[in-house]
Amino acid sequence: MAEKRLDEATGVETVGHEWDGIEELNTPLPRWWLYTFYATIVFAIGYIVVYPAVPLARSGTAGLWQWSSRGALAADTVSAERERASTLAAIAATPIAALPGNPVLMRAAIAGGKAAFRVNCVQCHGAGAAGSKGYPNLNDDDWLWGGDLQTIETTITHGIRQPGDDATRQSQMPSFGHDGILPPGEVADVASYVRSLSGKVAPGSAAAGRGAVIFANNCVACHGADGKGARQFGAPNLADAIWLYGGDQASVVASVTNAHAGVMPAWGQRLDPVTIKMLAAYVHSLGGGEKFAPGQGADPATAATAAAAAQ
Amino acid sequence: MKGATTMTATTHKPPLSTHAKIERNVTILGVLAFLAVTVGGIVEIAPLFWIDNTIEKVKGMRPYTPLEQAGRDIYIREGCYVCHSQMIRPFRDEVERYGHYSLAAESMYDHPFQWGSKRTGPDLARVGGRYSDEWHVQHLADPRSVVPESVMPMYAFLKDRDLKAGEGGTMIGEIRALATTGVPYSPAQIAQADADLKAQAGQGDATELAKRWPKAQPRDFDGQPDRLTEMDALVAYLQVLGTMVDVNAAAAQEDLARETGR
Repeated sequence: MAEKRLDEATGVETVGHEWDGIEELNTPLPRWWLYTFYATIVFAIGYIVVYPAVPLARSGTAGLWQWSSRGALAADTVSAERERASTLAAIAATPIAALPGNPVLMRAAIAGGKAAFRVNCVQCHGAGAAGSKGYPNLNDDDWLWGGDLQTIETTITHGIRQPGDDATRQSQMPSFGHDGILPPGEVADVASYVRSLSGKVAPGSAAAGRGAVIFANNCVACHGADGKGARQFGAPNLADAIWLYGGDQASVVASVTNAHAGVMPAWGQRLDPVTIKMLAAYVHSLGGGEKFAPGQGADPATAATAAAAAQ
Repeated sequence: MKGATTMTATTHKPPLSTHAKIERNVTILGVLAFLAVTVGGIVEIAPLFWIDNTIEKVKGMRPYTPLEQAGRDIYIREGCYVCHSQMIRPFRDEVERYGHYSLAAESMYDHPFQWGSKRTGPDLARVGGRYSDEWHVQHLADPRSVVPESVMPMYAFLKDRDLKAGEGGTMIGEIRALATTGVPYSPAQIAQADADLKAQAGQGDATELAKRWPKAQPRDFDGQPDRLTEMDALVAYLQVLGTMVDVNAAAAQEDLARETGR
């Protein structure tokens, strides 16, 4: 090993070895680096003291601050709940019919409902509540069971055709084709007639004419003589352009042959009443919300505020 | 000049200068590095085998049924884990969205486990029972038909592929292999694996299945009662995720409140 010596150009000691005249300087670590390093050691000691760190026989040391991720979560949850508590209590104390009368509360309810919708409802009704085949669009004016705040709240609470809920929305269209009530030819005719109601088939066509008689004999009890449906049965309006299961001939024939009976869970078993109330307010605010029956009226200005808040 | 250098070397000796010896002797370096790693390993890994919060006991865990395990194999084959983790962390945002945070014991029969924090798709640790079977089938076949903003690929082909579970069309070998790794499958569960797989998909004796597999849900999962497809298996697996342990039960909540896990 070559001798250590001071490098002439820099005045720094060499490490003492030399290859073909090339030597390595033993430059000391920069001060700032060294002190940062010492600081991390001090920090680590402090960390071990205050945070959980050293594993022992049954559990680790808890640390002076008693921190745990589960404890932090509990604290987070408690503080979030405390922030919301007064608003939620106010919403809970307000009957849903009176909610539109209090714009501030209505706005809060819609915001809360939007959050709950994102968690619980988007899977079927879609992120924009536009639905898809078999799952109703909640933005439009077409309601199967009714679109005022109270009716929406009831639907959410008890669901639709939810087994085990006595107050659930219940109705069952017969499977006219599958159960042999109508032969396939008549199913096709009645489908043509139904489609003529919304102008998809010329009203004067022979098939629609034959279908009108079949419709009058089989369908008017629920869908009404004009095909505009009836909400007490959840019977859809057949005279508009909105189709839950498709409006082309094949889809309508399929729906008459094998009747659909969509199911929505009864959220009353899973969500608390305030959340359901907020969900109803949000769904109502989406654009198709209807006023209460005369006498309970929500004024249009409130509805406009509500719609703006939902944006 | 030479004299000055020698003098400097003898009088000026920096602290910790002995590290030069370690750096220049590969044997000493190797031995010391091994010791350092050993100590680190003992301190960081070994306690996981005995401290309470990594081995906390939960009620209700059972090994996956053959059909669920076959679905799990498809889940892994299709790389679902690339976007979906199965570990709800104890953060308020995750707990509010996905449900109660995951417990270590809930994945004790997972080989391999599906932990992670990758959130390209939502966490699936508690997806079981959250949606209907029809929804899962429709969503797997065409994700954008139910979630317009989804970036998930379409898996419609699963509906058309007959399930060839395990190796050589039998799950017995796979279940036995899992039993070897410590999953507590009983001999009857191993022997009847194939029959139970069919039974859970709605093509066999459901009472026999219920005897061997508590809380197994037997039904046709994919909407094609006459076929046993990969979709059946995958949906059966998705529907059981996070449903075995009732973390929100009063007793469980009490235990967790006492637990100071971290």
